[in-house]
Amino acid sequence: MNTPLAMLRRWYDSDLAFSFRSSPSVVIAAVVAVVIILAAVFAPLVAPFNPFDPGALKLMDAFTAPAWTDEGKMPYLLGTDDQGRDLLSTILYGSRISLLVGFAAIAFAAVFGTLIGVLCGYRGGWLDVAVMRTADVQLTIPSILIALTIDGVTRTALPRELHNEIAIFVLIFAIGIADWPQFARVARSAALVERHKDYVSAARVIGQPSWVIVLRHVLPNTLGPVLVLATVGLALAVLSEATLSFLGVGVPPTQPSLGTLIRVGQSFLFSGEWWITFFPAMTLVLLVLAVNVLGDWLRDALNPKLR
Amino acid sequence: MLGYIVGRLAQALAVMLAVALVAFLLFNYVGDPINNMVGQEATTTDRQELRDQLGLDDPAPVQFARFLGNAVQGNFGLSYRMKRPVAALIQERLPATLELVFLSALASLVIGLPLGVYTALRRDSWFSRVVLTTSLVGVSLPTFVIGIGLIYLLSVQFDLLPSFGRGQVVSLGWWTTGFLTKSGWAAIIMPAITLSLYQLTLVLRLVRTEMMEVLRTDYIKFARARGLSNRVVHFRHALKNTMMPVVTIVGLQIGGLIAFSIVTETVFQWPGMGLLFIQAVGFADIPVMAAYLVLVGAMFVVLNLMVDLAYFVIDPRLRVDRAKAAGKAT
Amino acid sequence: MAAFRLKTALLAGALALALPLAAAPALAQGKVLRWASQGDYLTMDPHSQNEGLTRTGSFQTYEGLVGYSADLKFVPALATSWKAVNDTTWEFKLRQGVKFHDGADFTADDVVFSVKRAQHPASDFKTYIASVKDVKKVDSHTVHVETNGANPILPNQIANIFILSKAWAEKNNVVNPQSYKDKEETFAVRNTNGTGPFMLKQREQDVRTVMVRNPTWWGLKDNPHNIDEIVYTPVTTPATRVAALLSGQLDFVLDVPVQDVERVKRSPGLQVKKTNEIRSIFLGLDVGSAELKYSDVKGKNPFADKRVRQAMYHAIDMQAIAQKVMRGDAVVAGMITSPGVHGYNTAIDKRLPYDVNKAKALLKDAGYPNGFGVKLDCSNDRYVNDEGVCQAVVGMLAQAGIKVDLAAQSKTLHFPKLQKKDTSFFLLGWGVPTFDSHYVFSYLVQTPDGKNGSWNFTNYSNPKLDAMFNGMLSELDQAKRDKLIADSWNIINDEVIYLPLHHQVLNWAMSEKLDMPIIADNVPRFHFAKMK
Repeated sequence: MNTPLAMLRRWYDSDLAFSFRSSPSVVIAAVVAVVIILAAVFAPLVAPFNPFDPGALKLMDAFTAPAWTDEGKMPYLLGTDDQGRDLLSTILYGSRISLLVGFAAIAFAAVFGTLIGVLCGYRGGWLDVAVMRTADVQLTIPSILIALTIDGVTRTALPRELHNEIAIFVLIFAIGIADWPQFARVARSAALVERHKDYVSAARVIGQPSWVIVLRHVLPNTLGPVLVLATVGLALAVLSEATLSFLGVGVPPTQPSLGTLIRVGQSFLFSGEWWITFFPAMTLVLLVLAVNVLGDWLRDALNPKLR
Repeated sequence: MLGYIVGRLAQALAVMLAVALVAFLLFNYVGDPINNMVGQEATTTDRQELRDQLGLDDPAPVQFARFLGNAVQGNFGLSYRMKRPVAALIQERLPATLELVFLSALASLVIGLPLGVYTALRRDSWFSRVVLTTSLVGVSLPTFVIGIGLIYLLSVQFDLLPSFGRGQVVSLGWWTTGFLTKSGWAAIIMPAITLSLYQLTLVLRLVRTEMMEVLRTDYIKFARARGLSNRVVHFRHALKNTMMPVVTIVGLQIGGLIAFSIVTETVFQWPGMGLLFIQAVGFADIPVMAAYLVLVGAMFVVLNLMVDLAYFVIDPRLRVDRAKAAGKAT
Repeated sequence: MAAFRLKTALLAGALALALPLAAAPALAQGKVLRWASQGDYLTMDPHSQNEGLTRTGSFQTYEGLVGYSADLKFVPALATSWKAVNDTTWEFKLRQGVKFHDGADFTADDVVFSVKRAQHPASDFKTYIASVKDVKKVDSHTVHVETNGANPILPNQIANIFILSKAWAEKNNVVNPQSYKDKEETFAVRNTNGTGPFMLKQREQDVRTVMVRNPTWWGLKDNPHNIDEIVYTPVTTPATRVAALLSGQLDFVLDVPVQDVERVKRSPGLQVKKTNEIRSIFLGLDVGSAELKYSDVKGKNPFADKRVRQAMYHAIDMQAIAQKVMRGDAVVAGMITSPGVHGYNTAIDKRLPYDVNKAKALLKDAGYPNGFGVKLDCSNDRYVNDEGVCQAVVGMLAQAGIKVDLAAQSKTLHFPKLQKKDTSFFLLGWGVPTFDSHYVFSYLVQTPDGKNGSWNFTNYSNPKLDAMFNGMLSELDQAKRDKLIADSWNIINDEVIYLPLHHQVLNWAMSEKLDMPIIADNVPRFHFAKMK
């Protein structure tokens, strides 16, 4: 029964898989998301050029139109930007940075928020009250504002060189810290429920230390809702990153993300070089849309009440 | 009830103090206030004199108290970059942002609410499907992409609407408004659409979810069982119960609008506080950043307080429950 | 309670909407000229910053003794005539009956005061008049300017010293110019009181600056312009600036982005005027420090080695930059001053050829076979496509092995950084308001001495050149003076202190309703304008 094939079979027959199969838009979204993510992860292998090696730039090829238009030429499938960089390659590398920041930020928020939430739910008491009040307050403030503030303050406080070096980490922290309360809340309520269940009491009776109980028993039970939150959160985190970079306060210009590319391309919109901003924008929208569709589906599928 | 309100007020005060502390730390310890006031040629004695004058050698709590005192009076010092009182700068920019936020909030509510109710009631109609699909796209479209797209379409291709600024404004005392001129209205259309679209989809989706939850409650089932007409059930009972979360939404939504106005103002060069803030970040203009944080913090606290109080008006049951909960929590 | 509040709020809202309809002020009747460029005036103090756009602001509200015509000839302004009364004294006869904007009479006292103010250490205009020993009032409308040695080009130089009211400056405690790099704030930074064709009405930094017609301007008879109000808005984003022009929200854009020139030309109702600006864009190198502040080479200064400088010169493919980054709107430069300046010479204006291999070989000779790293400071809102040019240079230098870290920022941060000499490698553009090479030398090459060399951030110092520059100020024999200038240029090019890039080309885009001459110093003068 435990052969891989059987496991696959069982997965195929599950409710989740069924609801996945039966919705074409979810399947398409999944394909789009997977393709973009894989292409970004393997950008150095997939991309025709390394756009961030300044030594390889050909300025004379700048502003080449997409290959299928009259002015276009191969190997620049989607054309080139103002510096002569292959646009497809910059998009792949840019998505890589966008996704890296998005995933890292949401992972940070999820881990930090879940741990705190479980701890609060399990321990209760003043810690619970204090943390949850903070979370409540923070939830009323839009995350983009928090991220912008943290990023802005760090930018001001640190010397430029240092800031450029650690900009990505600052960004991950800023976006992540803005999103932790939701995870904390969900994890806490799950932990509250689990705490009073018999098996937890049993474990306590056997004399297992509480951190083991939390890790082994309480934590796994919070993972479902956390996963849903993380999916929806990923889309938001990618958007936050793009927005900050568009405002010029996100990643340093030497590591352009999709947001940076859109900001740069914006200047060439009126002169007819639409592709420089259009393709990065489309990639961003497609990616976020696909993740959002998946998140929506996951939430509905795991919460049958709503169906 | 009184206990609840006092508890909320205390919390609001605590939040304000925390925000002010962040602003104070920023103001006093990031960047040297002295260096930003005098030239490099200033002598050590000059500097010390100024330090004494500003009380920079006092204990930190004393300085914080003074900062609070100044902040309450709206005194945040001079902008490093523009060499003007920050309060005056903010006062100039505030009307632009508030008008934009107001119009966007109005638009997202007036359109989002009915659509949310409709899609909850007629879940399977083709129109609902179209609306829902569109709303998902709406959530996925970054504000700046919408803005750029609108400019490209309506300003560049069709030459219909202005792409930047507020148009002609009319002064009413210290307030300036664009609502009284044709160019002012023309200028606000695209920024308002840009800013409201995301919030609109949010309102729509939240109202729909909330309405669907309510429709499933026993209370509604009983109402139906009593033989009440659909109309009465939907609009007298269900919608009324949906209003509670909607109040929260409106409160939070205005917060979201203020936050995203930063992006919209950047795209459209809208001369509001958001643009001022983002420029301040770019130039490390700390007094402006500090003042913006305190001001926006205050707005959020007031909004939340109003949302909390509105609960009482809408749902009398809460006066008891909430009061208990609040009493326990504080 | 809440219901009551709501009612009040609604009522107040309704009132707010209803009231002002009656109270709305009548809209301005006259011709309003709305224009934009990428950055804002740095200051309104006429002696604080010798920067192009800032001077543009000053040229509307203030005037010098000598003025410029639309084709950049020197013409009488606040002085009606001038002559050298002996080798070291110039006499200026002042115009009668001129009034400052506040109504005060313009007299010789104001001239003496203003020239001395411009000589203050904080003034960025002191180099123009570094040769001035003293300025004396002869009578209420005559002044004598005494120079150290004979200075044939003093009238050209003094054309850039704006005259402000002595009484006003004393009353408002602005006797000294604002020290910009120290972020000083004075009354003169936000207020003006000159004699110029326009008066400052409103100044909101980074938002808008409004100037109105000076109805009593003495020059109205000869320049009967019909502009009643000028509204200046800095619009940073190039796309927004163009969109605003296309949609008719602006009448004039000083710096239409090169990528949008064609589009603007094709648009009905709009025109683009093009001319070669008297301004060259170049890169500066810290050649004098023992160690570069921003480099990974420690203990020595790679830029001190001429071979490194030559290598960098050879590595830059300026033709490609002109064609792609500037879209053809740039004149490739081999010297750091442009045609139209006395001393410019096509024989000198020749670049070292683009040759990456030669660059690599030179670097190897100099002991940097693997190149090195350095930071380039660049403005992003000052010159045409400045950041784009810098990015292209970064790529080209990388191909020769030099890893350049680009720090592009607003001119309001870039220039103070340079003025504090907090740079190793920088982009700069230089226009020449006196139309004489000496201006370039004295600002950019001469050893800083408190008067001269105030924009020489290279730490380059050459006593021989300094002596030649000083010689130009007292050489009355034109042929000998020209020889001095030509020799100086040859030395400067041979030493490769600066890496020339291009002579800037101007594209002024404006509505067809606006009739205004393009001026090669990139300073629009709105009293030459007529609006339909």
